[in-house]
Amino acid sequence: MSKKPVEKKEVETTGHEWDGIEEFNNPLPRWWVWVFYVTIVWGIWYSIAYPAWPMIKGATAGYLGWSTRGEVAQEIQRFKDMNGALETELASADLTALERGSDLHNYAIQSGRATFATFCSQCHGAGANGITEGSGYPNLLDNDWLWGGSIEDIQTTVTHGIRSSDFEDDTRFSEMPAFGDDYLSDEEIGQVVNYVMSLSPVTKADADAGMADAGAVVFADNCSSCHAEDGTGDRSQGAPNLADAIWLYGSTKDEIIQTVSVGPKGVMPAWKGKLTDSQINAVAAYVHGLGGGE
Amino acid sequence: MTKTKGRKMWDYLKLVVYGLIAVLAAIAASYARDLAYGVHAILVTLIATGLFVYSLKKVGEPKVVETGYMDGPVRVGVALTAFWGAVGFLVGTFIAFQLAFPQLNFGWAEGYLNFGRLRPLHTSAVIFAFGGTALITSSFYIVQRTCGARLWGGNLAWFVFWGYQIVILLAATGYLLGATQSKEYAEPEWYTDLWLTVVWVAYLLVFLGTLMKRKEPHIYVANWFYLSFIVTIAMLHVVNNLAMPVSIFGSKSVQLFSGVQDAMTQWWYGHNAVGFFLTAGFLGMMYYFVPKQAERPVFSYKLSIIHFWALIFLYIWAGPHHLHYTALPDWAGTLGMVFSIILWMPSWGGMINGLMTLSGAWDKLRTDPIIRMMVVSIGFYGMSTFEGPMMSIRAVNALSHYTDWTIGHVHSGALGWNGMITFGALYFLTPKLWNRTGLYSLRLVSWHFWLATIGIVLYASSMWVTGILEGLMWREVDAQGFLVNSFADTVSAKFPMYVVRGLGGVLFLSGALIMCYNLVMTVLRAPAIEADAPAAAPAE
Repeated sequence: MSKKPVEKKEVETTGHEWDGIEEFNNPLPRWWVWVFYVTIVWGIWYSIAYPAWPMIKGATAGYLGWSTRGEVAQEIQRFKDMNGALETELASADLTALERGSDLHNYAIQSGRATFATFCSQCHGAGANGITEGSGYPNLLDNDWLWGGSIEDIQTTVTHGIRSSDFEDDTRFSEMPAFGDDYLSDEEIGQVVNYVMSLSPVTKADADAGMADAGAVVFADNCSSCHAEDGTGDRSQGAPNLADAIWLYGSTKDEIIQTVSVGPKGVMPAWKGKLTDSQINAVAAYVHGLGGGE
Repeated sequence: MTKTKGRKMWDYLKLVVYGLIAVLAAIAASYARDLAYGVHAILVTLIATGLFVYSLKKVGEPKVVETGYMDGPVRVGVALTAFWGAVGFLVGTFIAFQLAFPQLNFGWAEGYLNFGRLRPLHTSAVIFAFGGTALITSSFYIVQRTCGARLWGGNLAWFVFWGYQIVILLAATGYLLGATQSKEYAEPEWYTDLWLTVVWVAYLLVFLGTLMKRKEPHIYVANWFYLSFIVTIAMLHVVNNLAMPVSIFGSKSVQLFSGVQDAMTQWWYGHNAVGFFLTAGFLGMMYYFVPKQAERPVFSYKLSIIHFWALIFLYIWAGPHHLHYTALPDWAGTLGMVFSIILWMPSWGGMINGLMTLSGAWDKLRTDPIIRMMVVSIGFYGMSTFEGPMMSIRAVNALSHYTDWTIGHVHSGALGWNGMITFGALYFLTPKLWNRTGLYSLRLVSWHFWLATIGIVLYASSMWVTGILEGLMWREVDAQGFLVNSFADTVSAKFPMYVVRGLGGVLFLSGALIMCYNLVMTVLRAPAIEADAPAAAPAE
């Protein structure tokens, strides 16, 4: 047990006292004073080196000539110097001729990935899987394409959009009627839903065979013109294939009844003008390369 | 004879004023153009009517001249500080979980209890309801003790106290109902701002009046800090809230400044709300309660003078560092940054004076959990006043700005420094004000200490991790200069740390609830001091 060292001669107090509180007359700690001085000297230097003192007209620019705008301009220039040639080439490239492993292809995939992450992932998901099954946002990893999965088809879809509010001639447009609005009775909708379910491998087991038979007639009369007689759909009209395992708006009986009744009309924005030509080509190449591209 | 007459006149005058306010507010309620304004007008009508009835009953009652220290508002203040603390921490913990689990933004409460409405409720509840009530309460207690004088202005102190609580009521209900001018920490709309101005001027008068009639030859350092806090907040509040109401019957107003000028004014205000409300004001608290609890003299009088003047001179210029890399011109950013760095040592002056006051009393750390709380508080003060200048450096700010690092920084200051020193003050004040020999349970104080400390550590460290992670992910580019991550990637990467942050909040909140229980039990159960012990009295 070490004995508490005898306290060095205590500094005097100032002699004031408030409600029992006194104050020592200790000097300022030396290190404190010196660090304070150093920060002041540094501050003076910094304000000479960098833009700092407001004058009547403008402020001092600082002898280093640094500015935030200048810094950004430099960064942009650096990437322009590095990527300019590829960027120009990609903007007008023939995507079908894009050679795998070439510098241009590599650049397109990198640019497309970044563009996708910033502008597309909100709906299609960071992994391009449509966020969840049945969300209404197409999964871009599979081989099921509403309007075509060739690199040119994808490029057209990205450029002009689907049912986009600022549509133009090339915007893809189709409309699934809301069959619940007096087109079909509830009974007919129930029948056709069972028929449609009997077509797809994932819903076949839940379909009522009797109702499906009656539904085949309803389907032939009302649906086959777009979805084709065998239900495999028609890409020229963006009509989904109903005979595969993929259900854009959900595969339960209730969800399909809802789909037939209201006729969902999902929207893909037209990216022309919002993204550069090079970005659109890049994102088309990226999505095409995700696995489902044709 | 004339005295009673004058008193009666005063009573009648009060009745007329209360009646007038009640009638005018009722008229305003019937013309209200939006929900928040209507609810506020009805609240004002009810309060004024209540005061009218209360005063009517009291007319003609002989006035009892009270002497001694005026501790009524301090007692209510201690209770309300604890209450507002618990409310603020509860809302904070809830919104922390809302960020981790967005499902907690319930559909049925959309527009009232969603994150956007609750977030200002949380910040204001902690800073202005908990912190503000703690400051008014402690300043009333300290200025009387260190001046040896009763509060100046008679019932004016009660007006300040309840007037401020009305500000809190109007602000909090306003946030939930959508009345906000969208300026951080200055959200309340124009009429709440006007009312706060009136209350604040009265506060200044009570404080100055008491200083003027002090019995001590010198003004104690704690009071310098409190005075600088009161004066500067008045200036900041008035300038930052200059606005024109769209209608006197509506809550909406239009700001006087616009664009980058508005942003600069807002962050001049915002930064000095931190500087003068949460730093200078709380240093006033520290300068009284730490030497009292440690029973040691303050370490250095010289240091207190130098760091006081340096702190208040430098702080006021540091605001532009909140606007690095924005439309604010570079030169203004540079000055904000330079002043922030030079501010480092003046801030630390308070930490040195606080910690060194304990030299010679370090053994009390083992036995006194209240001292332990104060030491941790000063430690967090030192840490966040180092972290702040560091984050003001442009290169660091480029990484930290808009990330959770800022949130973590604010919370190590608010939970660690402001929270802990206030808890210490409440534990000190409660037995004194209710004449008890001591607290109900020191064991519970220890529990509070550990829950709060671990809670802060979880909070601060999880926000450092997410803040730096977020900053690095946002700026990450590949070899060709393309961004690697989407915003959603950073959100999902932060999820585990958001849960940790929420748990930190749960711990901190539990500690505060234990404190509330302990304080209530102290008042109800702790043994009273023998009656013949000399009661504290001003030297009158």
